[in-house]
Amino acid sequence: MKAVITMTGKDRIGVIGKVCTYLAEHRINILDISQTVIGGEYLNMAMIVDLAASDLAFDAIAAGLDELGQEICYVIRIQHEEIFKSMHRV
Amino acid sequence: MISHVSHGEVLETNRMIDEYNLDVRTITMGIDLLSCADANLDRFAARVYDKITQKAEHLVRVGDEISRQFGVPIVNKRIAVTPVALAAAGCHGSSFVAVAESLDRAAKEVGVNFIGGFSAMVHKGCTKSDEVLIDSIAPALSQTERVCASVNVATSRNGINMDAVVKMGGIIKEMAELTRDQSSLACAKFVVFCNAVEDNPFMAGAFHGIGERECVINVGVSGPGVVKKALEEVRGGDFETLCETIKRTAFKITRVGQLVAQEASARLNVPFGIIDLSLAPTPERGDSVAEILCEMGLEYPGAPGTTAAVALLNDNIKKGGIMASSYVGGLSGAFIPVSEDRGMIEAVRAGALTLEKLEAMTCVCSVGLDMIAVPGDTPAEAVSGIIADEMAIGMINNKTTAVRIIPVVGCDVGDTVEFGGLLGYAPIMAVNSFGCEGFVNRGGRIPAPVHSFRN
Repeated sequence: MKAVITMTGKDRIGVIGKVCTYLAEHRINILDISQTVIGGEYLNMAMIVDLAASDLAFDAIAAGLDELGQEICYVIRIQHEEIFKSMHRV
Repeated sequence: MISHVSHGEVLETNRMIDEYNLDVRTITMGIDLLSCADANLDRFAARVYDKITQKAEHLVRVGDEISRQFGVPIVNKRIAVTPVALAAAGCHGSSFVAVAESLDRAAKEVGVNFIGGFSAMVHKGCTKSDEVLIDSIAPALSQTERVCASVNVATSRNGINMDAVVKMGGIIKEMAELTRDQSSLACAKFVVFCNAVEDNPFMAGAFHGIGERECVINVGVSGPGVVKKALEEVRGGDFETLCETIKRTAFKITRVGQLVAQEASARLNVPFGIIDLSLAPTPERGDSVAEILCEMGLEYPGAPGTTAAVALLNDNIKKGGIMASSYVGGLSGAFIPVSEDRGMIEAVRAGALTLEKLEAMTCVCSVGLDMIAVPGDTPAEAVSGIIADEMAIGMINNKTTAVRIIPVVGCDVGDTVEFGGLLGYAPIMAVNSFGCEGFVNRGGRIPAPVHSFRN
Protein backbone atom coordinates (compact mmCIF):
# COMPACT_ATOMS: atom_id res chain seq x y z
CA MET A 1 0.00 0.00 0.00
CA LYS A 2 1.17 3.51 -0.81
CA ALA A 3 0.97 6.43 1.57
CA VAL A 4 1.94 10.07 1.70
CA ILE A 5 4.08 11.37 4.55
CA THR A 6 4.15 15.10 5.13
CA MET A 7 6.28 17.03 7.59
CA THR A 8 6.23 20.72 8.42
CA GLY A 9 8.30 22.75 10.84
CA LYS A 10 11.26 25.08 11.13
CA ASP A 11 14.02 24.02 8.73
CA ARG A 12 17.05 22.43 10.41
CA ILE A 13 19.94 20.24 9.33
CA GLY A 14 19.22 16.52 9.53
CA VAL A 15 15.46 16.47 10.14
CA ILE A 16 14.58 14.66 6.90
CA GLY A 17 17.46 12.30 7.63
CA LYS A 18 15.84 11.31 10.91
CA VAL A 19 12.55 10.51 9.20
CA CYS A 20 14.36 8.52 6.47
CA THR A 21 16.25 6.54 9.10
CA TYR A 22 12.99 5.67 10.84
CA LEU A 23 11.48 4.57 7.51
CA ALA A 24 14.54 2.43 6.68
CA GLU A 25 14.43 0.77 10.09
CA HIS A 26 10.87 -0.33 9.38
CA ARG A 27 11.43 -1.35 5.76
CA ILE A 28 9.34 1.47 4.30
CA ASN A 29 10.44 2.31 0.77
CA ILE A 30 10.53 5.95 -0.40
CA LEU A 31 9.18 6.24 -3.98
CA ASP A 32 9.22 9.99 -4.40
CA ILE A 33 10.19 12.96 -2.30
CA SER A 34 9.66 16.69 -2.70
CA GLN A 35 10.24 19.67 -0.48
CA THR A 36 9.87 23.42 -0.38
CA VAL A 37 11.33 25.83 2.13
CA ILE A 38 8.87 28.69 2.57
CA GLY A 39 10.46 32.07 3.23
CA GLY A 40 13.82 30.36 3.60
CA GLU A 41 12.69 29.17 7.01
CA TYR A 42 9.82 26.68 7.10
CA LEU A 43 10.25 23.26 5.61
CA ASN A 44 7.33 21.57 3.94
CA MET A 45 8.14 18.06 2.78
CA ALA A 46 5.97 15.44 1.13
CA MET A 47 7.06 11.91 0.27
CA ILE A 48 5.30 8.98 -1.29
CA VAL A 49 6.17 5.69 0.35
CA ASP A 50 5.40 2.03 -0.14
CA LEU A 51 4.41 0.15 3.02
CA ALA A 52 4.21 -3.30 1.41
CA ALA A 53 7.41 -4.64 3.01
CA SER A 54 7.06 -2.91 6.36
CA ASP A 55 7.15 -4.83 9.62
CA LEU A 56 4.62 -2.41 11.12
CA ALA A 57 0.89 -1.84 10.53
CA PHE A 58 -0.32 1.56 9.33
CA ASP A 59 -1.51 2.77 12.73
CA ALA A 60 1.80 1.81 14.36
CA ILE A 61 3.76 3.71 11.71
CA ALA A 62 1.51 6.75 12.25
CA ALA A 63 2.14 6.58 16.00
CA GLY A 64 5.90 6.18 15.48
CA LEU A 65 6.07 9.17 13.13
CA ASP A 66 3.99 11.26 15.49
CA GLU A 67 6.36 10.44 18.34
CA LEU A 68 9.39 11.26 16.19
CA GLY A 69 7.72 14.53 15.15
CA GLN A 70 7.27 15.56 18.76
CA GLU A 71 10.94 14.80 19.43
CA ILE A 72 12.18 17.04 16.62
CA CYS A 73 9.38 19.67 16.92
CA TYR A 74 7.78 18.83 13.58
CA VAL A 75 4.25 17.89 12.56
CA ILE A 76 4.66 14.57 10.76
CA ARG A 77 1.64 12.89 9.29
CA ILE A 78 0.98 9.80 7.20
CA GLN A 79 -2.12 9.37 5.07
CA HIS A 80 -3.34 6.82 2.53
CA GLU A 81 -2.36 8.07 -0.90
CA GLU A 82 -5.88 7.46 -2.15
CA ILE A 83 -7.36 10.61 -0.60
CA PHE A 84 -5.13 12.80 -2.77
CA LYS A 85 -5.69 10.78 -5.90
CA SER A 86 -9.43 10.73 -5.59
CA MET A 87 -9.71 14.43 -4.87
CA HIS A 88 -7.61 15.59 -7.80
CA ARG A 89 -8.24 12.97 -10.49
CA VAL A 90 -11.42 12.33 -12.48
CA MET B 1 5.33 2.42 -10.51
CA ILE B 2 5.96 6.02 -9.56
CA SER B 3 2.84 7.67 -8.22
CA HIS B 4 1.53 10.83 -9.80
CA VAL B 5 0.33 12.64 -6.71
CA SER B 6 2.08 16.00 -6.72
CA HIS B 7 3.39 17.99 -3.81
CA GLY B 8 0.95 20.79 -4.67
CA GLU B 9 -2.01 18.43 -4.54
CA VAL B 10 -0.91 17.09 -1.17
CA LEU B 11 -0.60 20.62 0.17
CA GLU B 12 -3.98 21.69 -1.24
CA THR B 13 -5.83 18.74 0.27
CA ASN B 14 -4.23 19.11 3.68
CA ARG B 15 -4.80 22.84 3.71
CA MET B 16 -8.51 22.23 3.04
CA ILE B 17 -8.59 19.89 6.03
CA ASP B 18 -6.39 21.85 8.42
CA GLU B 19 -7.37 25.42 7.65
CA TYR B 20 -10.79 25.39 5.97
CA ASN B 21 -12.59 22.73 7.98
CA LEU B 22 -13.02 20.16 5.21
CA ASP B 23 -14.58 17.12 6.78
CA VAL B 24 -16.92 14.26 6.18
CA ARG B 25 -19.89 15.33 8.23
CA THR B 26 -21.48 11.95 8.78
CA ILE B 27 -21.35 8.26 8.03
CA THR B 28 -24.91 7.14 8.57
CA MET B 29 -25.83 3.46 8.64
CA GLY B 30 -29.39 2.76 7.53
CA ILE B 31 -30.90 -0.30 9.23
CA ASP B 32 -34.18 -1.99 8.39
CA LEU B 33 -36.45 -2.67 11.38
CA LEU B 34 -39.35 -4.34 9.60
CA SER B 35 -37.85 -7.73 10.43
CA CYS B 36 -38.22 -6.94 14.16
CA ALA B 37 -42.03 -6.98 13.94
CA ASP B 38 -43.79 -8.50 16.93
CA ALA B 39 -47.24 -8.12 18.48
CA ASN B 40 -45.62 -7.65 21.87
CA LEU B 41 -44.17 -4.16 22.25
CA ASP B 42 -41.45 -5.10 24.74
CA ARG B 43 -40.31 -7.97 22.56
CA PHE B 44 -40.26 -5.65 19.54
CA ALA B 45 -38.19 -3.09 21.46
CA ALA B 46 -35.73 -5.80 22.52
CA ARG B 47 -35.38 -7.05 18.94
CA VAL B 48 -34.78 -3.50 17.74
CA TYR B 49 -31.99 -3.09 20.29
CA ASP B 50 -30.40 -6.40 19.33
CA LYS B 51 -30.53 -5.74 15.60
CA ILE B 52 -29.08 -2.24 15.82
CA THR B 53 -26.29 -3.15 18.22
CA GLN B 54 -25.35 -6.10 16.03
CA LYS B 55 -25.42 -4.30 12.67
CA ALA B 56 -23.69 -1.14 13.91
CA GLU B 57 -21.27 -2.83 16.29
CA HIS B 58 -18.19 -1.72 14.33
CA LEU B 59 -19.53 1.52 12.81
CA VAL B 60 -17.78 3.96 15.14
CA ARG B 61 -14.49 2.04 15.24
CA VAL B 62 -14.33 1.79 11.44
CA GLY B 63 -15.27 5.47 11.04
CA ASP B 64 -12.46 6.50 13.38
CA GLU B 65 -10.02 4.16 11.65
CA ILE B 66 -10.76 5.62 8.20
CA SER B 67 -10.50 9.12 9.62
CA ARG B 68 -7.04 8.32 11.05
CA GLN B 69 -5.70 6.59 7.97
CA PHE B 70 -6.83 9.16 5.40
CA GLY B 71 -6.26 12.12 7.67
CA VAL B 72 -9.72 13.57 7.13
CA PRO B 73 -12.06 14.19 10.08
CA ILE B 74 -15.28 12.17 10.10
CA VAL B 75 -17.32 14.21 12.51
CA ASN B 76 -20.36 12.06 13.16
CA LYS B 77 -21.27 8.42 13.04
CA ARG B 78 -25.04 7.93 13.05
CA ILE B 79 -27.85 5.48 12.49
CA ALA B 80 -31.13 5.78 10.57
CA VAL B 81 -33.85 3.17 11.01
CA THR B 82 -37.12 2.28 9.30
CA PRO B 83 -39.87 4.72 10.37
CA VAL B 84 -40.96 3.27 13.70
CA ALA B 85 -44.65 3.85 12.90
CA LEU B 86 -44.25 1.22 10.14
CA ALA B 87 -41.96 -1.21 11.94
CA ALA B 88 -44.05 -1.15 15.13
CA ALA B 89 -47.43 -1.21 13.36
CA GLY B 90 -48.15 -4.75 14.51
CA CYS B 91 -47.51 -3.99 18.18
CA HIS B 92 -50.33 -3.79 20.66
CA GLY B 93 -50.07 -0.76 22.89
CA SER B 94 -50.93 2.91 23.18
CA SER B 95 -47.39 4.34 23.33
CA PHE B 96 -44.10 3.78 21.50
CA VAL B 97 -41.98 5.59 24.09
CA ALA B 98 -40.44 2.23 25.06
CA VAL B 99 -39.21 1.84 21.47
CA ALA B 100 -37.56 5.28 21.60
CA GLU B 101 -35.86 4.28 24.85
CA SER B 102 -34.62 1.12 23.18
CA LEU B 103 -33.25 3.16 20.23
CA ASP B 104 -31.54 5.51 22.67
CA ARG B 105 -29.89 2.64 24.55
CA ALA B 106 -28.74 1.07 21.29
CA ALA B 107 -27.26 4.40 20.13
CA LYS B 108 -25.35 4.73 23.38
CA GLU B 109 -24.16 1.14 23.25
CA VAL B 110 -22.62 1.50 19.78
CA GLY B 111 -21.43 5.05 20.43
CA VAL B 112 -23.34 7.05 17.78
CA ASN B 113 -24.45 10.56 18.71
CA PHE B 114 -27.87 10.49 17.02
CA ILE B 115 -30.29 7.85 15.81
CA GLY B 116 -33.08 8.90 13.44
CA GLY B 117 -36.28 7.21 12.41
CA PHE B 118 -38.76 7.71 15.21
CA SER B 119 -40.88 8.71 12.28
CA ALA B 120 -44.20 8.46 10.48
CA MET B 121 -45.33 9.13 6.91
CA VAL B 122 -48.78 10.69 7.11
CA HIS B 123 -49.06 12.86 4.00
CA LYS B 124 -52.49 11.45 3.20
CA GLY B 125 -53.62 10.31 6.60
CA CYS B 126 -52.74 8.47 9.78
CA THR B 127 -52.96 4.77 10.51
CA LYS B 128 -53.55 3.73 14.09
CA SER B 129 -49.82 3.13 14.43
CA ASP B 130 -49.03 6.61 13.04
CA GLU B 131 -51.32 8.12 15.67
CA VAL B 132 -49.61 6.19 18.47
CA LEU B 133 -46.21 7.30 17.21
CA ILE B 134 -47.20 10.95 16.85
CA ASP B 135 -48.64 10.96 20.37
CA SER B 136 -45.37 9.42 21.61
CA ILE B 137 -43.04 12.00 20.01
CA ALA B 138 -43.17 14.66 22.74
CA PRO B 139 -42.57 12.31 25.70
CA ALA B 140 -40.05 10.23 23.71
CA LEU B 141 -37.85 13.17 22.68
CA SER B 142 -38.08 14.67 26.16
CA GLN B 143 -37.00 11.46 27.86
CA THR B 144 -34.29 10.31 25.47
CA GLU B 145 -31.02 11.92 24.53
CA ARG B 146 -30.05 10.74 21.04
CA VAL B 147 -33.32 9.84 19.32
CA CYS B 148 -34.49 12.04 16.44
CA ALA B 149 -38.02 12.09 15.09
CA SER B 150 -39.64 13.24 11.86
CA VAL B 151 -43.10 13.29 10.34
CA ASN B 152 -43.78 13.64 6.63
CA VAL B 153 -47.03 15.60 6.32
CA ALA B 154 -47.01 16.54 2.63
CA THR B 155 -45.84 15.46 -0.82
CA SER B 156 -46.01 16.98 -4.29
CA ARG B 157 -47.91 13.88 -5.35
CA ASN B 158 -50.54 13.92 -2.60
CA GLY B 159 -50.94 17.40 -1.18
CA ILE B 160 -50.76 18.50 2.45
CA ASN B 161 -52.38 16.72 5.39
CA MET B 162 -53.51 19.82 7.28
CA ASP B 163 -54.90 17.78 10.19
CA ALA B 164 -51.34 16.53 10.73
CA VAL B 165 -49.89 20.05 10.30
CA VAL B 166 -52.16 21.30 13.10
CA LYS B 167 -51.11 18.38 15.28
CA MET B 168 -47.41 19.12 14.66
CA GLY B 169 -47.84 22.67 15.98
CA GLY B 170 -49.28 21.23 19.20
CA ILE B 171 -46.54 18.62 19.56
CA ILE B 172 -43.78 21.19 19.09
CA LYS B 173 -45.31 23.39 21.78
CA GLU B 174 -45.71 20.40 24.10
CA MET B 175 -42.07 19.33 23.62
CA ALA B 176 -40.87 22.87 24.20
CA GLU B 177 -42.72 22.90 27.53
CA LEU B 178 -41.51 19.42 28.57
CA THR B 179 -37.87 20.41 28.03
CA ARG B 180 -38.14 24.03 29.20
CA ASP B 181 -35.20 23.50 31.56
CA GLN B 182 -32.95 22.64 28.58
CA SER B 183 -33.95 25.57 26.32
CA SER B 184 -36.76 23.47 24.82
CA LEU B 185 -34.08 21.21 23.32
CA ALA B 186 -36.44 18.37 22.31
CA CYS B 187 -37.75 20.53 19.43
CA ALA B 188 -34.24 20.54 17.89
CA LYS B 189 -34.53 16.77 17.43
CA PHE B 190 -37.80 16.92 15.48
CA VAL B 191 -38.44 17.76 11.81
CA VAL B 192 -41.67 18.12 9.86
CA PHE B 193 -41.21 17.28 6.16
CA CYS B 194 -42.70 17.72 2.74
CA ASN B 195 -41.27 15.21 0.21
CA ALA B 196 -39.01 13.54 2.81
CA VAL B 197 -36.15 11.59 1.21
CA GLU B 198 -35.52 7.97 2.11
CA ASP B 199 -31.72 8.06 2.12
CA ASN B 200 -30.93 11.33 3.90
CA PRO B 201 -27.90 10.80 6.16
CA PHE B 202 -28.32 14.12 8.01
CA MET B 203 -30.11 14.57 11.32
CA ALA B 204 -32.64 15.22 12.62
CA GLY B 205 -34.52 14.02 9.56
CA ALA B 206 -32.73 10.77 8.69
CA PHE B 207 -34.71 7.56 8.40
CA HIS B 208 -34.24 4.30 6.49
CA GLY B 209 -36.87 4.39 3.73
CA ILE B 210 -39.09 1.48 2.79
CA GLY B 211 -37.47 1.19 -0.64
CA GLU B 212 -34.09 0.60 0.97
CA ARG B 213 -32.25 -2.68 1.51
CA GLU B 214 -31.48 -4.44 4.80
CA CYS B 215 -28.53 -2.27 5.76
CA VAL B 216 -26.76 0.53 3.90
CA ILE B 217 -24.01 3.14 4.30
CA ASN B 218 -24.84 6.72 3.35
CA VAL B 219 -22.34 9.53 3.68
CA GLY B 220 -22.88 13.25 4.08
CA VAL B 221 -20.01 15.52 3.05
CA SER B 222 -19.54 19.14 3.97
CA GLY B 223 -17.04 21.97 3.55
CA PRO B 224 -18.51 25.48 3.41
CA GLY B 225 -15.12 26.82 4.55
CA VAL B 226 -13.43 25.29 1.49
CA VAL B 227 -15.95 26.90 -0.88
CA LYS B 228 -15.55 30.25 0.86
CA LYS B 229 -11.76 30.08 0.56
CA ALA B 230 -11.98 29.16 -3.14
CA LEU B 231 -14.28 32.14 -3.76
CA GLU B 232 -11.89 34.46 -1.94
CA GLU B 233 -9.32 33.58 -4.55
CA VAL B 234 -11.58 34.72 -7.43
CA ARG B 235 -12.93 37.79 -5.65
CA GLY B 236 -14.55 40.23 -8.07
CA GLY B 237 -14.90 37.62 -10.84
CA ASP B 238 -18.11 37.42 -12.89
CA PHE B 239 -20.90 34.88 -12.41
CA GLU B 240 -19.32 32.36 -14.76
CA THR B 241 -16.14 32.40 -12.66
CA LEU B 242 -18.18 32.22 -9.46
CA CYS B 243 -20.21 29.21 -10.61
CA GLU B 244 -17.21 27.38 -12.06
CA THR B 245 -15.29 27.82 -8.81
CA ILE B 246 -18.16 26.44 -6.74
CA LYS B 247 -18.51 23.47 -9.10
CA ARG B 248 -14.81 22.60 -9.00
CA THR B 249 -14.69 22.86 -5.23
CA ALA B 250 -17.86 20.79 -4.77
CA PHE B 251 -16.30 18.13 -7.00
CA LYS B 252 -13.21 17.87 -4.79
CA ILE B 253 -15.19 17.81 -1.56
CA THR B 254 -17.51 15.13 -2.89
CA ARG B 255 -14.62 12.93 -4.05
CA VAL B 256 -13.45 12.70 -0.46
CA GLY B 257 -16.95 11.65 0.59
CA GLN B 258 -17.08 9.04 -2.16
CA LEU B 259 -13.74 7.59 -1.05
CA VAL B 260 -14.79 7.45 2.60
CA ALA B 261 -18.14 5.90 1.67
CA GLN B 262 -16.46 3.17 -0.41
CA GLU B 263 -13.93 2.43 2.33
CA ALA B 264 -16.61 2.31 5.02
CA SER B 265 -18.77 0.09 2.85
CA ALA B 266 -15.90 -2.33 2.18
CA ARG B 267 -14.63 -2.45 5.78
CA LEU B 268 -18.10 -2.88 7.29
CA ASN B 269 -19.24 -5.22 4.54
CA VAL B 270 -22.38 -3.15 4.09
CA PRO B 271 -23.46 -1.86 0.64
CA PHE B 272 -22.82 1.78 -0.24
CA GLY B 273 -26.02 3.75 -0.70
CA ILE B 274 -25.51 7.40 -1.58
CA ILE B 275 -23.41 10.49 -1.04
CA ASP B 276 -25.33 13.51 0.16
CA LEU B 277 -23.32 16.39 -1.24
CA SER B 278 -24.37 19.09 1.15
CA LEU B 279 -22.75 22.17 2.53
CA ALA B 280 -23.60 21.68 6.18
CA PRO B 281 -22.35 24.48 8.41
CA THR B 282 -21.33 24.34 12.07
CA PRO B 283 -21.14 27.19 14.58
CA GLU B 284 -17.34 27.28 14.06
CA ARG B 285 -15.92 30.35 12.33
CA GLY B 286 -14.90 29.46 8.79
CA ASP B 287 -17.52 26.70 8.54
CA SER B 288 -20.45 28.83 7.49
CA VAL B 289 -22.75 28.96 4.44
CA ALA B 290 -23.58 32.57 5.36
CA GLU B 291 -19.91 33.51 4.97
CA ILE B 292 -20.03 32.17 1.39
CA LEU B 293 -23.00 34.42 0.67
CA CYS B 294 -21.06 37.38 2.09
CA GLU B 295 -18.02 36.44 -0.01
CA MET B 296 -20.30 36.57 -3.07
CA GLY B 297 -20.90 40.21 -2.27
CA LEU B 298 -23.81 40.44 0.18
CA GLU B 299 -23.33 42.58 3.27
CA TYR B 300 -25.35 40.05 5.25
CA PRO B 301 -27.54 37.08 4.31
CA GLY B 302 -31.04 38.51 4.09
CA ALA B 303 -30.01 41.49 1.97
CA PRO B 304 -31.75 41.84 -1.42
CA GLY B 305 -30.12 39.32 -3.76
CA THR B 306 -29.76 36.63 -1.09
CA THR B 307 -32.27 34.26 -2.68
CA ALA B 308 -30.44 34.46 -6.01
CA ALA B 309 -27.12 33.84 -4.25
CA VAL B 310 -28.49 30.76 -2.44
CA ALA B 311 -30.00 29.50 -5.70
CA LEU B 312 -26.73 29.62 -7.61
CA LEU B 313 -24.80 28.15 -4.69
CA ASN B 314 -27.23 25.25 -4.35
CA ASP B 315 -27.34 24.54 -8.06
CA ASN B 316 -23.59 24.60 -8.58
CA ILE B 317 -22.88 22.38 -5.59
CA LYS B 318 -25.12 19.80 -7.22
CA LYS B 319 -23.54 20.25 -10.65
CA GLY B 320 -20.02 19.89 -9.28
CA GLY B 321 -20.81 17.05 -6.93
CA ILE B 322 -22.87 14.83 -9.19
CA MET B 323 -19.95 13.72 -11.35
CA ALA B 324 -17.78 13.07 -8.30
CA SER B 325 -19.94 10.28 -6.92
CA SER B 326 -21.42 7.14 -8.41
CA TYR B 327 -24.66 7.61 -6.44
CA VAL B 328 -25.85 10.98 -5.26
CA GLY B 329 -28.92 11.20 -3.07
CA GLY B 330 -30.22 12.54 0.20
CA LEU B 331 -30.83 16.26 0.35
CA SER B 332 -27.74 17.45 -1.56
CA GLY B 333 -27.34 21.22 -1.62
CA ALA B 334 -26.77 24.11 0.75
CA PHE B 335 -28.24 23.93 4.22
CA ILE B 336 -29.24 27.23 5.79
CA PRO B 337 -29.86 26.47 9.46
CA VAL B 338 -29.73 29.48 11.72
CA SER B 339 -28.38 28.22 15.04
CA GLU B 340 -25.74 26.00 13.41
CA ASP B 341 -24.21 28.78 11.29
CA ARG B 342 -22.32 31.66 12.85
CA GLY B 343 -22.85 33.97 9.88
CA MET B 344 -26.63 33.39 9.91
CA ILE B 345 -26.69 34.14 13.64
CA GLU B 346 -24.83 37.41 13.05
CA ALA B 347 -27.23 38.31 10.23
CA VAL B 348 -30.23 37.81 12.51
CA ARG B 349 -28.59 39.90 15.22
CA ALA B 350 -27.85 42.67 12.73
CA GLY B 351 -31.54 42.72 11.75
CA ALA B 352 -30.69 41.65 8.18
CA LEU B 353 -32.31 38.22 8.24
CA THR B 354 -35.96 37.70 9.10
CA LEU B 355 -38.11 34.59 9.18
CA GLU B 356 -39.92 35.76 6.03
CA LYS B 357 -36.66 36.14 4.08
CA LEU B 358 -35.48 32.75 5.30
CA GLU B 359 -38.73 31.29 3.99
CA ALA B 360 -38.00 32.79 0.57
CA MET B 361 -34.49 31.31 0.68
CA THR B 362 -35.93 27.86 1.39
CA CYS B 363 -37.53 27.91 -2.08
CA VAL B 364 -34.05 27.46 -3.50
CA CYS B 365 -31.93 25.89 -0.72
CA SER B 366 -31.65 22.14 -0.18
CA VAL B 367 -34.12 21.81 2.69
CA GLY B 368 -36.09 24.36 4.66
CA LEU B 369 -36.58 26.38 7.83
CA ASP B 370 -33.96 24.78 10.02
CA MET B 371 -33.06 25.40 13.65
CA ILE B 372 -35.14 28.54 14.01
CA ALA B 373 -35.64 29.72 17.60
CA VAL B 374 -38.82 31.75 18.14
CA PRO B 375 -40.47 33.25 21.25
CA GLY B 376 -41.85 30.73 23.73
CA ASP B 377 -45.29 32.34 23.63
CA THR B 378 -45.69 31.74 19.88
CA PRO B 379 -49.15 30.10 19.62
CA ALA B 380 -49.38 26.49 18.35
CA GLU B 381 -51.53 27.74 15.45
CA ALA B 382 -48.77 30.12 14.35
CA VAL B 383 -46.25 27.23 14.40
CA SER B 384 -48.71 25.22 12.28
CA GLY B 385 -49.12 28.19 9.92
CA ILE B 386 -45.35 28.40 9.45
CA ILE B 387 -45.25 24.66 8.77
CA ALA B 388 -48.14 24.93 6.28
CA ASP B 389 -46.32 27.69 4.35
CA GLU B 390 -43.12 25.66 4.18
CA MET B 391 -44.96 22.49 3.12
CA ALA B 392 -46.69 24.47 0.35
CA ILE B 393 -43.32 25.60 -0.99
CA GLY B 394 -42.13 21.99 -1.13
CA MET B 395 -45.37 20.68 -2.62
CA ILE B 396 -45.60 23.23 -5.43
CA ASN B 397 -41.88 23.28 -6.26
CA ASN B 398 -41.33 19.49 -6.15
CA LYS B 399 -38.59 19.82 -3.56
CA THR B 400 -37.95 18.62 -0.05
CA THR B 401 -38.82 21.21 2.54
CA ALA B 402 -38.70 20.88 6.29
CA VAL B 403 -39.37 22.80 9.47
CA ARG B 404 -37.29 22.47 12.61
CA ILE B 405 -38.50 25.25 14.87
CA ILE B 406 -37.97 25.78 18.57
CA PRO B 407 -40.41 27.97 20.51
CA VAL B 408 -38.08 28.45 23.47
CA VAL B 409 -40.12 28.65 26.66
CA GLY B 410 -39.33 31.76 28.69
CA CYS B 411 -37.45 33.49 25.84
CA ASP B 412 -38.44 36.44 23.68
CA VAL B 413 -37.04 38.40 20.72
CA GLY B 414 -33.64 39.79 21.70
CA ASP B 415 -32.69 36.78 23.82
CA THR B 416 -30.12 34.22 22.73
CA VAL B 417 -30.53 30.55 23.43
CA GLU B 418 -27.71 28.02 23.74
CA PHE B 419 -28.31 24.44 22.58
CA GLY B 420 -24.73 23.25 22.87
CA GLY B 421 -22.42 21.28 20.58
CA LEU B 422 -23.27 20.99 16.89
CA LEU B 423 -26.75 22.43 17.50
CA GLY B 424 -25.13 25.76 18.34
CA TYR B 425 -26.86 28.86 19.66
CA ALA B 426 -29.51 31.14 18.23
CA PRO B 427 -31.03 34.56 18.64
CA ILE B 428 -34.82 34.41 19.04
CA MET B 429 -36.47 35.51 15.80
CA ALA B 430 -39.70 37.47 15.58
CA VAL B 431 -42.83 35.72 14.31
CA ASN B 432 -45.59 37.65 12.53
CA SER B 433 -48.15 38.14 15.29
CA PHE B 434 -51.31 38.24 13.19
CA GLY B 435 -53.62 35.25 13.56
CA CYS B 436 -54.12 32.26 11.23
CA GLU B 437 -56.35 30.04 13.41
CA GLY B 438 -59.32 30.34 11.07
CA PHE B 439 -57.21 29.02 8.21
CA VAL B 440 -55.12 26.22 9.68
CA ASN B 441 -57.99 24.77 11.74
CA ARG B 442 -60.35 24.16 8.82
CA GLY B 443 -59.57 20.46 8.95
CA GLY B 444 -58.81 17.92 6.23
CA ARG B 445 -56.25 17.98 3.43
CA ILE B 446 -55.05 20.41 0.82
CA PRO B 447 -55.49 18.36 -2.38
CA ALA B 448 -52.65 17.31 -4.67
CA PRO B 449 -51.41 20.14 -6.89
CA VAL B 450 -52.28 20.12 -10.58
CA HIS B 451 -48.75 19.26 -11.72
CA SER B 452 -48.85 16.00 -9.76
CA PHE B 453 -51.12 14.48 -12.43
CA ARG B 454 -48.39 13.34 -14.73
CA ASN B 455 -49.64 9.94 -15.81
